[in-house]
Amino acid sequence: MSSNKKYWKSVEELKDNSSIVETLKQNEFVNEIPTDEFLGDKKTLESSSTTRRDFLKYVGFSTAAASLAACEGPVIKSIPYIVQPESIIPGVANYYATTIANGFDFASVLVKTREGRPIKIENNDLAKTHNGANARVNASVLGLYDSLRVKGPMKGESAITWETFDAETNQKLTDLKNAGKQIVLLTQTYASPSTSRLISEFKSKYGNVRHVNYDAVSESAALDAFEGNYGTRGLASYDFSKAMTIVSVGADFLGDWQGGGFDSGYAQGRVPKNGKMSRHIQFESNMSLSGANADKRVPLTPTQQKQVLAKLYSLVVGGSVSTELPEHINKAVQNAASELKKAGSNGVLVTGIQDVNAQTVALSINERLNSKAFDPSTPILTRQGNNNAVTKLVADMKAGRVGGIIMSGVNPMYTLPNASEFAEGLEKTELSVSFSMKADETALNTDYIAAAPHYLESWGDVEIKKGHFSLMQPTIRPLFDTRQFQQALLMWIGSDATYREYIKSGWSGGSFNKALQDGVYVSGTFSSAPNGSSTTTTETSTQLKDKKDRTFLGGVIHDVAVGVGIKDEDKDEFVTTTSSSTSTTGGSNSTAGVAAISAGSAARNLASSAKSEGMELSLYTKTGMGDGQDANNPWLQEFPDPITRTSWDNYLTVSAADAKSLGLENNHVATGALDGSYADVTVNGTTVKNVPVIIQPGQAKGSVGLSFGYGRTAGLKEEMMTGVNAYPLYQDFNTTQNVSIKKAVGMHEFACVQLQNTLMGRGDIIKETTLEIFNTKDRNVWNKVPTVSLNHEEVEVTSPEVDLWDEFDRSIGHHFNLSIDLNSCTGCGACVIACHAENNVPVVGKEEIRRSRDMHWLRIDRYYSSEDTFAEDDTKKEEFSGLWGDKGSLGGFGELENPADNPQVAFQPVMCQHCNHAPCETVCPVAATSHGRQGQNHMAYNRCVGTRYCANNCPYKVRRFNWFLYNKNDEFDYHMNDDLGRMVLNPDVTVRSRGVMEKCSMCIQMTQKTILDAKRDGRAIKDGEFQTACSAACSSGAMVFGDINDKDSKVAKLKEDDRMYHLLESVGTKPNVQYHTKVRNITEA
Amino acid sequence: MKKSYQSLEDNSTNNMIQVIYRHLASKIPYLGLVILLTFSTSLTAQEGDPVKGKTLFNTNCASCHNLDRKMTGPALRNVETRLEEEHGLDRNWLNKWIRNSAGMVKSGDAYANQIFNEYNGTAMTAFPQLSDQDISDILAYTAQEKVEPPTPTVGPNEGGNGSSGDGSTNKLILGALALLFALLAVSLILVRRTLNRFADEKGIEAVKKDKGLPIWKAFVQNQFLVLVTVIFFLLASAYFVYGYLSQIGVDQGYEPVQPIHYSHRIHAGENGIDCKYCHSSARVSKHSGIPSLNICMNCHKSIYQVAEETQQEGINEYGVDYNAEIQKLYKAVGWDEAEQKYTGVTEPVKWIRIHNLPDFAYFNHSQHVEVAGVQCQTCHGPVEEMEVMYQHAPLTMGWCINCHRETNVKVDGNEYYTKIHEELSKKYGVDQLTAAQMGGLECGKCHY
Repeated sequence: MSSNKKYWKSVEELKDNSSIVETLKQNEFVNEIPTDEFLGDKKTLESSSTTRRDFLKYVGFSTAAASLAACEGPVIKSIPYIVQPESIIPGVANYYATTIANGFDFASVLVKTREGRPIKIENNDLAKTHNGANARVNASVLGLYDSLRVKGPMKGESAITWETFDAETNQKLTDLKNAGKQIVLLTQTYASPSTSRLISEFKSKYGNVRHVNYDAVSESAALDAFEGNYGTRGLASYDFSKAMTIVSVGADFLGDWQGGGFDSGYAQGRVPKNGKMSRHIQFESNMSLSGANADKRVPLTPTQQKQVLAKLYSLVVGGSVSTELPEHINKAVQNAASELKKAGSNGVLVTGIQDVNAQTVALSINERLNSKAFDPSTPILTRQGNNNAVTKLVADMKAGRVGGIIMSGVNPMYTLPNASEFAEGLEKTELSVSFSMKADETALNTDYIAAAPHYLESWGDVEIKKGHFSLMQPTIRPLFDTRQFQQALLMWIGSDATYREYIKSGWSGGSFNKALQDGVYVSGTFSSAPNGSSTTTTETSTQLKDKKDRTFLGGVIHDVAVGVGIKDEDKDEFVTTTSSSTSTTGGSNSTAGVAAISAGSAARNLASSAKSEGMELSLYTKTGMGDGQDANNPWLQEFPDPITRTSWDNYLTVSAADAKSLGLENNHVATGALDGSYADVTVNGTTVKNVPVIIQPGQAKGSVGLSFGYGRTAGLKEEMMTGVNAYPLYQDFNTTQNVSIKKAVGMHEFACVQLQNTLMGRGDIIKETTLEIFNTKDRNVWNKVPTVSLNHEEVEVTSPEVDLWDEFDRSIGHHFNLSIDLNSCTGCGACVIACHAENNVPVVGKEEIRRSRDMHWLRIDRYYSSEDTFAEDDTKKEEFSGLWGDKGSLGGFGELENPADNPQVAFQPVMCQHCNHAPCETVCPVAATSHGRQGQNHMAYNRCVGTRYCANNCPYKVRRFNWFLYNKNDEFDYHMNDDLGRMVLNPDVTVRSRGVMEKCSMCIQMTQKTILDAKRDGRAIKDGEFQTACSAACSSGAMVFGDINDKDSKVAKLKEDDRMYHLLESVGTKPNVQYHTKVRNITEA
Repeated sequence: MKKSYQSLEDNSTNNMIQVIYRHLASKIPYLGLVILLTFSTSLTAQEGDPVKGKTLFNTNCASCHNLDRKMTGPALRNVETRLEEEHGLDRNWLNKWIRNSAGMVKSGDAYANQIFNEYNGTAMTAFPQLSDQDISDILAYTAQEKVEPPTPTVGPNEGGNGSSGDGSTNKLILGALALLFALLAVSLILVRRTLNRFADEKGIEAVKKDKGLPIWKAFVQNQFLVLVTVIFFLLASAYFVYGYLSQIGVDQGYEPVQPIHYSHRIHAGENGIDCKYCHSSARVSKHSGIPSLNICMNCHKSIYQVAEETQQEGINEYGVDYNAEIQKLYKAVGWDEAEQKYTGVTEPVKWIRIHNLPDFAYFNHSQHVEVAGVQCQTCHGPVEEMEVMYQHAPLTMGWCINCHRETNVKVDGNEYYTKIHEELSKKYGVDQLTAAQMGGLECGKCHY
């Protein structure tokens, strides 16, 4: 049956006898094509010298010429300097010390620059006292080359000049001043003495000025508690290397708790020395890095955390509180309390509960313990935000009481839970300025966007800890027409000085240039702020001094055993020194003086306040994303979370039991990728819709977790607009909230890099033992070399008799080894990003990651146990007998696949193992991968034809294939697709092309450089000179790199250590990467 | 080709006008002789000798003065008459000024101070050693009329004259030969025709031969021959294709035209400037570095033009106006010759890179130049003879490898090598280790 449907293109057609339709039917084109006009003009045609044949000739010739020309090599131009700066030699890297202080991350760093371009962030070894560079700090260099940076000052949507900006803002500020209206400075925490001084001067010029410090993720409760007890608005500093018993109640101190940076101290105490190592007990809801590293982890809801803390207080300090804790938790608390008491001054307790009472209780427990790790005398100043002040500001703005607002380093429109109220208030201001690197959520709503420089283009001073100064200096000329906030303040107060001169004028800590070169200066003092209260106090501090008269600032001790007095001959003495220092309290910080709360009542309040119904939400920050200001950084987006191993997303972490009751699912699809349900999360009527769900082993029942930092909507590329924004749920700046969760429709596609969650009882991948066994038993018991059968006799696999291959003599020259201590590795991932930056590792995007095509040369595998511990997994696997039945392997292996509710967790960084008998080398048909005498497995990209046999034959699965061209390819629009982003590339490392295999090179460009430097100087190489990007980035000391042919080197000694083993040793690959057996201190004291 | 000197001036003193001070050492005895002669002859001689004066001028004055242009000091053409006419200053004043200018400035002499201030407070070097006679010689030289350099009359075709003569004789011989052959051919045809006529007259029938197979058909039918030919052609074409393919990307002899005609022959060859004076980063860096323009200006601040004969040589042999090239440098670096200062207006020189290693090959100059002590010429060829720089070596991997196999590592006095050399030489049983034995053939040493 033929259809009598009529398809129509325009409404006109539906009308009968439409003249237009009729006309169009006759004529295909609306306008007559002027052929006659052209052809009719005989004169033109005749005078034209180009005939049709000529035209075709030209076309043919130019095509041929173009194809011929294409055969020639390109002409490459080289443009030298007109006047070459003395310090710059093309091809030689320069290092500058500077400091990152973006309001969330504070660290003293070294910046590697090549030909004037910063290309890598490294740790500043002189700044031992605080904060190594974490993953975000390592990635921050890419933020400099962000193509979406604001390139100059803007007024609304149009670009203006700084002169216009100056004139207009000056006028408005003066108007506001004359009208007596309030001007608000809303800034990140700068912790900068000079900035405080400047703000005071700004205040004295404009009178009615309010300065509000605002931390996106607030530590206000801890600050209030500390201020109440010690008078300074700061955070107690902790040195976990001095603690033998660490109890944490909800504090992810290996993550971003109170500014982070505690992991290196922690890691030192985790390495068993002289039979001792620290013991770490963690009470928490979400599975955090700290929980994953703990010896004992107790999952419990945020409410229970409060009760636990109150209970701990009553048990350690005294007093009584009534709590209703389940029996197993109660027991764990009592054990923890008795261990703390037993440890005395070697114990320490920290808490992450955002509650003044909780923080007060923690302080007072540490006081009572007289904890050595607890140091209130040099408080950390990197968080200054005050919740009440921010709340009041929003209310005032809404009420129209704020005349002008100047913001710097903050993005309240994204980070405030009540962002809409803020927006409303913003409209009522007469002047709003945002100093921002991006046209972000806030900047788009202000009158002026003042283009701010990256920290690598700025000057600054930062007092990270009291008396510990760090200087910030530009490492590159500003890429764009930017100006930093402080420089603008100087302009507004009518000063001609540059900010550098201003900092220098306030500097009184010895040579400014020396401090600039070092990047750090300890115990210097700046001249006090004009209207801040300046007090000179005399403090008595205990500093650890050893017999060689070395003073370890911040208390770094080499040998924990010495610290606890095991080795008498080296016993350190505590020297009481009296030091005088000037403390400066900027007028801005002394909002309403916080009254001290008595710890006893605090504990009681804590216990009684802990009531909750339903599910509880714990908001947290992810190692890779922090508070979300670097959301446009593709390295960080692709950085897999250490715990969930998921990149490009945030998600609701739910325990398996709760997921079941809520009907939430996680599935593995056919490609092996992970899919998860969506859920709607509601707090106090605010709903965040379609939050993807991940079932998280170790998540406390009755609690869920969600991370900040995602769901950005402005100032970033579309590819980076991932995840959901959790800030609307961050009500009253409290990270724990009562929440209701409803399953939503659809499944979310995750980009998860680790498909297998458990170790499946394969104890030879991560070797583990307990401190007790480690101390008492022979190495063969807990770190046995695998054996194979030779003539029916068990022979160690390392024996040459069972080797397939002949051994090469590697005793001559260098032989590199990388040692990884599973005890001190916290899984922080700084090495992953450092490797990215050093080796030009491409970013492939979410879709490709989902196809398991991630390019990370270095991954940190995370394994869960299926039983309560890995040891039980091993036993279970050993005891399989038969296929069916209770101990049958068919069902048994299936069970092993599922992680436990509260599993043990282990991290294992895995990169190319540089096998001496490498399976990849033997299968390469074109000999693209081969072995060097120095122990490195080489990869010649230009020789590779992409068969991928090597990757198939690699037992460690560390080879990465370039499925696509990841640079200069619009399909992969990350940093390598624009000229600006490519400036971060390391010129010493080839950028790989499509179709070739790549993998960890053991940073051969760095070892070769070290060798060359030594050759040029004509000297032997000292231990410690050889580094890889990962070992240099590792602030916990888990990764040690060096030459094992140098018998005195650290790595050679580590190779002889009893804990040393090789990954999958039974395969007989003889790797050059060593691992060190993880020892857990499970002894309950 | 023979160099043709067009210049009227003396060769020995005029290699390069402005770099005479480099020959100072060799000139000292000569200078002494001049001074001695001056003193031995009559002191009354006030009329100077311009020839002697020129020598003295070049030795003593030329690094700061020129006759016709302002340099560090003023132009000196007709200085004596000029001073007398404009400022009423006599020879005595000049003598005093030359021997002790600083003293005159100090004593408050008006014109002395004026000059002193005009030239940014730079005091003129005192020349107490110059006698009155010397000074009058110099002044005589400065009083000479300016000689316009003769315009080059040599056309570009001139060099071709000789060879064109040769060509014509060749043609002549060829023509004669051709004629000869033509005559031969004609006579042969004539002979044949005559013979045929004889045969016709005698009635002899030429026997018609049975026409055999044409040769190409015979060839096609012989399968063996066809096979051999095909194989031959295949092999030959494979050989040429291989040859073609293996030279792709090999730019040996690449000699691009540079934005400024820089002659390595003059700088590194004639003037003997060390390579690493300009390419200093070759000592410490992976790049040899293209010298920044401030390095050029170290010398070219005072060398604003080349010697006459060099200029002529450039025009005749290379078609280059060297002085114009120096002007290009001044333009790029923003040097105002008249004011003798930088204007700040610069434009970078976009040199064309000649030696292009692919990105996947790592090469470090300092390793080769500083550690191994390899001469630059080993890879870059006779740079000191190159008027235009070109790529001397093929820069192929085979070329690298070959050198690594043949070259011994320079271990003497280098503590880094002490241990490894001892062990390795024992292992290989040799005294001298080659770079290859040291590990210089491993892929990862150059490819990462």
